[in-house]
Order: sequence, then C-alpha cells, then structure tokens
Amino acid sequence: MTITQPVGLAPTDRAERLLGGDLTETALRLHLEGLSGVDAVGLEQRAAGLSTRSIKTTSKAWALDTIIRTCDLTTLEGADTPGKVRSLVAKAITPDATDLTTPSVAAVCVYGDMVPYAVEALGARHGDPDQGLVSVAAVATAFPSGRASLAIKLADTREAVAAGADEIDMVIDRGAFLSGQYGVVFDQIVAVKEACARPDGTAAHLKVILETGELQTYDNVRRASWLAILAGADFIKTSTGKVSPAATLPVTLLMLEVIRDWHRLTGEKVGMKPAGGIRSSKDAVRYLVTVAETVGEEWLTPHLWRFGASSLVNDVLLQRQKMRTGHYSGPDYVTVD
Amino acid sequence: MAFLEYAAAPESPSILNLKAQYGLFIDGEFVDGHGDVFDTISPATEEVIASIAQATAGDVDTAVRAARRAYETVWSRMSGSDRGKYLFRIARLVQERARELAVAESLDNGKPIRETRDVDVPLVAAWFFYYAGWADKLEHAGLGPNPRALGVAAQVIPWNFPLLMLAWKIAPALAAGNTVVIKPAETTSLTAMLFAEILQQADLPAGVVNIVTGPGPTGQALVTHDDVNKVAFTGSTNVGRMIARQVAGTQKRLTLELGGKAANIVFDDAPMDQAIEGIVNGIFFNQGHVCCAGSRLLVQENVHDEVIDRLKARLSTLRMGDPLDKNTDIGAINSAAQLERIRTLSDTGENEGAERWTADCRIPDKGFWFAPTIFTKVSAAHAIAREEIFGPVLSVLTFRTPAEAITKANNTPYGLSAGIWTEKGSRMLALVDQLKAGVVWANTFNRFDPASPFGGYKESGYGREGGRHGLAAYLEASGWDAPAALSAASTPPADAKRATRKPKQTRKAVAK
Repeated sequence: MTITQPVGLAPTDRAERLLGGDLTETALRLHLEGLSGVDAVGLEQRAAGLSTRSIKTTSKAWALDTIIRTCDLTTLEGADTPGKVRSLVAKAITPDATDLTTPSVAAVCVYGDMVPYAVEALGARHGDPDQGLVSVAAVATAFPSGRASLAIKLADTREAVAAGADEIDMVIDRGAFLSGQYGVVFDQIVAVKEACARPDGTAAHLKVILETGELQTYDNVRRASWLAILAGADFIKTSTGKVSPAATLPVTLLMLEVIRDWHRLTGEKVGMKPAGGIRSSKDAVRYLVTVAETVGEEWLTPHLWRFGASSLVNDVLLQRQKMRTGHYSGPDYVTVD
Repeated sequence: MAFLEYAAAPESPSILNLKAQYGLFIDGEFVDGHGDVFDTISPATEEVIASIAQATAGDVDTAVRAARRAYETVWSRMSGSDRGKYLFRIARLVQERARELAVAESLDNGKPIRETRDVDVPLVAAWFFYYAGWADKLEHAGLGPNPRALGVAAQVIPWNFPLLMLAWKIAPALAAGNTVVIKPAETTSLTAMLFAEILQQADLPAGVVNIVTGPGPTGQALVTHDDVNKVAFTGSTNVGRMIARQVAGTQKRLTLELGGKAANIVFDDAPMDQAIEGIVNGIFFNQGHVCCAGSRLLVQENVHDEVIDRLKARLSTLRMGDPLDKNTDIGAINSAAQLERIRTLSDTGENEGAERWTADCRIPDKGFWFAPTIFTKVSAAHAIAREEIFGPVLSVLTFRTPAEAITKANNTPYGLSAGIWTEKGSRMLALVDQLKAGVVWANTFNRFDPASPFGGYKESGYGREGGRHGLAAYLEASGWDAPAALSAASTPPADAKRATRKPKQTRKAVAK
C-alpha cells in the first residue's frame, strides 16, 4: 500500500464546513465510509409502522391538497410532443376543471428539449409554486442513464436553464459511485450546480437523482445522500422512474433521516423528492406522514418536498371529488393527460 | 392546520357485545361466583366496563374438579390429532374475532389499539396455530417415545398482556393433553371471558379449560389446591417467590416467569437510527409494562450524548392518549396502583441524583397516565438501575469497553432478556454468549415468536415458554432423562440409534 498525494476536489461551502479546507477525495471517502450503518430489517419495520397511521376527514382533505401542491406533474417519454406538454401544462394549472378550488401542482417535469413549450404554455402562470404559480423542471445530464461525457451533461443543463427551466433534475453517475469513485460523482454534481447559474446571478434549483434502485444497498443510499448534499444539492431525489424499484417508503425515510441529520448539524434545509411508483393517494399520504414524523411538518412545502409522479394526481382528484360529493366517480371524470 | 394533529381515528367499542356482568367459566358454562363482585374499569377513562365475579375457594375447587373430570374422561383419552383440531379451531376463531378482541383488550388494559391489533392478537392466534401443530407430534418433542400429560394445570397470568399470556399458558398445556384452570389478573379479566365464548364456539369439551376470576386469594386457592399437578405463573418476583414456597414439597411441577431489568446495549458502531427505534420499542412498547423491557440502556460513552439527543427528538413525536385511537403510540397505565409505583420509583431516581427528562405529552384529565421518561447520569447503584419499574421509564448508563458492558449488563438480580446493537457480527456473536439472559435480541428488541423459547435466569424465574421447551413444561417423560434429552437439542428425533442408547445410560446412572 502506498500513500498517494490526496486528490483535491472542487470546494463547496458545505463540504469545507464539515470536512475542513482543501477538500480531498480521501477526506470525503473517510466521511462517507464512517457513516452509521443501516439495518435493513429495522428500517423497513419503521417504514411499515409509519404506514399504519390513520388519517381521517380534515387531515385527509389537507393532505390531498398538499399532495397536489407538491407534485411535479411529469411526462418523460421518448414519444413526448409539444402538444402533450401543452396539455400537461393545462392540467398542471387547473388539475380539476370541475372544481376550481383545486390547487395547481408545483411544477411540470419534462425533458430539456420540451422546456420552451412548457414555458410558453404556462405564460403568466410560470413562476414560484409558493405563489400559486407553476415551475418548470427539466431532467438533464443525459437522463436517465447519465452515460455521457461531462461536457455533454453540462451543455444539456445549460440549455435547459437558458430555455427557462427553474429546476434541474440531474442523475448521478452510478457506475462511478458503485466503483467507489466518490470524488468523480462529487465533482460532477458541483459542475452541474455551477451550470445551473443564470447570467443575472440567480440559479435553477438542483435536484440530484440517486437512482436508489441501482445503488442496491441502504448503506449506499445513505452515502449517496450525504455526497449529494455535501456537493450542493438543493433537493435529493430517489429515482428516474425508469428503474425498478423506484421510490419506496424505506428509501425515502432513510434519505429524510440524512436531511434531518444535516439540518441538525448545520440548520440548513435540503429538499426531498421521491419519484416513480407512487400512484395512489393512500400511498402518498404515507409519505407525508413519514416527512412529518421524521424531519417535521415544515418540510411539507413545494420548496422542500416534491412528489415525482404522472398518475398520482388523478387518484388524488378522484379522492377530492369523493370528499366533495360523497361518492366515487371513476377514471373518466379526470383527464388522462 | 397541523398535519401531525391527525384527526382522531378511534375504534368504536360498539363493536363489542359486552355483558354488564361476568361470572366464572366452569365446566363449559358461564356460572355465577359465590364471592363478591368487583368492577373492571377502563384505565384511560376510569369508566366502569363491567362487573366481574370473585371466585371463592369453593368456586376454585369446583373448577379444578371439572378440569380433573375432563382430563380423565375426555382430554387425556383423545388422540393428539383430535386435540390439534380443537386448537386449530380456536386459532381460527381468534383470527375471525381479532378486531373485537383487540378493541376489548385496549379498552380494558389501556394499551394502544395498534399494539393489540398488530402484535397481541396476531401472536395469540400464532401461539394456538403453533401448538396445534405439536399436539400429534409429542413423541418428537425430545422427551422420548411416549411423553404423558401432567394432568390439571393451575395457571395464573398478569395484566400486561392479558390475552397473549393466556395463549402462552393454555396453548401448550392443551396440546400436551393437560386440562386447565386459569386465573386472569384482577384488572384485566375481560378478554379471558371473550376467550371463553370462543371456547364455546369451538365446541371444546366441557371442563378442558376453566376460567376463575378474582384477586390474589383466588390465585392462592388455585395454586395451593391439592388436586393440581402443575402450576404456571407469570407475574412479579415477590408473588413468584411466595408460590415457590407454597408449592415446595408437593408433587406439583412449577414454572415461573417473573420480573426483569433488561440491558439494552448500544455500541458506537450501531445502526444508529434503527437503534433509536429499538430503544423506543424496547422500553416504551406497551407503556413499559413488559417483563423483558429494555429498561436499562447501556450506551458506549463516546456516543452517549448523540444517542440521548436523538432519543429525545424521537420521543417528542410519540403520541400519548386514547388507547382506542389508531394513531396512539402510548396508552394508559393499567391501574392507579401501578401508576403510583412508577411515580414513587421515578421520584426516588430524582432524589438519588439522576437527571430526569420527560417527553412533552399532554396528560388527559381522567385516567392513569405517565409520559415517557428518561433518566440520565444513572449509576449502577441507583434503585432505578436495579429495581423493575414496569412503566415507561428508561435508565441510561454508560460503558467504555465490551467487557464493561457485559459486566454491567449481568450485574442484576434478574436475567430475562437483553439487547445488543452493533454492526459488527463477530462482536455480536462473542457477546451474546456472555449475557446471562434467557433471550438476547440482536439489532432488534421485543420480538416474539411461538417457536422461540422464552424465560429467565436468576430472579426472572425458571422454565421456558414457547417452542419445544415450552411443551416440555407440560409433559412427563417417565423412564427418560428429560433434561439431558432436551439439552441435546441437536439430536434429530428420527435418529433411532441415539434414541435407544439414551435410556440405557440413564438407567446406568440411576443404578450407581
């Protein structure tokens, strides 16, 4: 074994505060490998316990609206067209035309080349979800595989931001992560974060997708979450939705625990986005419960919490209609896209 | 609105079809007792649920006679597979009436419905299913070719898991061919009476199970009755000692499941978030009314502050209140007397100089409540580190090395259970064998399974419940060295060579 010169990494405020100045790959590795382990059985039991919370009437009405307000309505198909994106935007603004009290979703999430159409379709309704407006999120960095050169990933990001994307959903290089090249993954996130900057000094929000289904172990998910936060992620996100399993409750709980620990350590709030596979209101409510009991209810705003989903909104709308009218209508009473 | 203020989601007691008054269950019938009656109340509201009969010594005698008659005329003559059919039937009926049993248990005991629904009642069914499977396989229990039932079993059970303890006692006794007279705890007789209805539904032959209710003297009349062959008791160490004295010198067989003061040992490399859950589950499950509760937390010194910090944060999300609400984590203390004991011992802890922290829970106006409490800066000499509190009170001690952890963990008059939290498998395996406790949980706590024997060292009692060992407590193996056969646990029952060699060795030993 030889001692080699430590490899320097791009400095971030967060990493320097936690690991000291002149950040090296060795320091990052020691931190990630020194994290407390995750007992899979215990984690899954805790998640199952959170699923038994019973939500009734007033809490449920609030929960349903919160699910819509924090949803990234998503279309990520090779067959997407400008027409489909326009229709998605219409639904994002007015999810249920039969009930105008229904809130708008937080954002529409599309491929980078669809950003201009989304921006155009949103028009004056484009903006901050906390003001009742709708953001545009773009997946970038050679989504979903992430298999491209850094130059292409950065160009992908810059283009989407220039076209008007408010949020960038990037994927990490899982190959590099699984082979232990934490520094490579770290530097790429830092570079993409820089590419999110706009000329006016503002920046698009960066959501870092860990693709937890490919990371395989809970220990890896915890390390990747820490890595992404230290590199500057505004949000950490479970999945692309293209790999099974996508979001699960135990994985979301685990990532929320990392966010909670980071907050306890620094006072900074990082957002969380489970994506893929969450289809029913009942399931989504379990996620809200998990957020409330892990990091706290203050996370349940569009700035700190998102659902990445395409079909979830429809089920929520059916539940809302049921609460209003007292009976279930059926899938033809909500729009397909 | 605040989301965590989940709208109340209470189960309605209207699902229950309760009578205003319950008598005794003797010889397959509900009969009036000859003693006074007493009220059973809901610990959460102090409202009267029903009145319960107090069995006199005469009533106990009638019950034991019924059990003897049933033993001699029906149950001991029945084939094992037929006994098994009855047990399977009881198990299925418990599942069918699960919701009702869960509601009744929460109402009467004060424990949260999510525990009765998700833990107690499913385990009750599991226990009957498990022992139903053994009823026709007794010759494979490791006790030789033809083990025999003992006769009439007198069983006295506690109030912390009323229905589950009933199942732990009745299922193996019936599977082994014994008949039973059981006395539930005075404050929690209700589900035993519902269980009697299940026995009627199952067409269990009259007298095979008899239930006598009442306070201490009823139990005393039962365990001292001349015509019982076996006494099984779960409860406090003091009462256990008294029973041991009364049974000494008789032919009665005795098993005791008594108190505990379990060490829950957390090493610095433990899976931290899961360890916190395990600590919470270890001591705050069932309001700490668990004989195997992890009431002594032993934390490695370098992570003490972090563990306590995280634990306090976690405890502040626990929800205390209406036990029938599905979102309740912490229910009511079972009785005013127990609440008083918890208060007294907690005050002692403070007077001894330990640091007290209590979760910020709203205490309801009525009922018996005690918010989750942690004592830090506890020394091994403090009473709260030695005496069983039997409530939601955790005493935290520290250690520096594995050897110190073992020494401190074993330094107790009890020895029922222990827990170890570490990611390092080799350390886990090395330490488990050094802990003098009947059950050691690794990276989990308070998990029960009918196939796994449960019981204590030292003042935690003797004998085992659950598994093959639990069956042995209700069987006699004449001409067969039962303890030796059981300790040779690896002997496969089909191994004919060893099965014939063993008795010879025993006879030789006797001849010497």
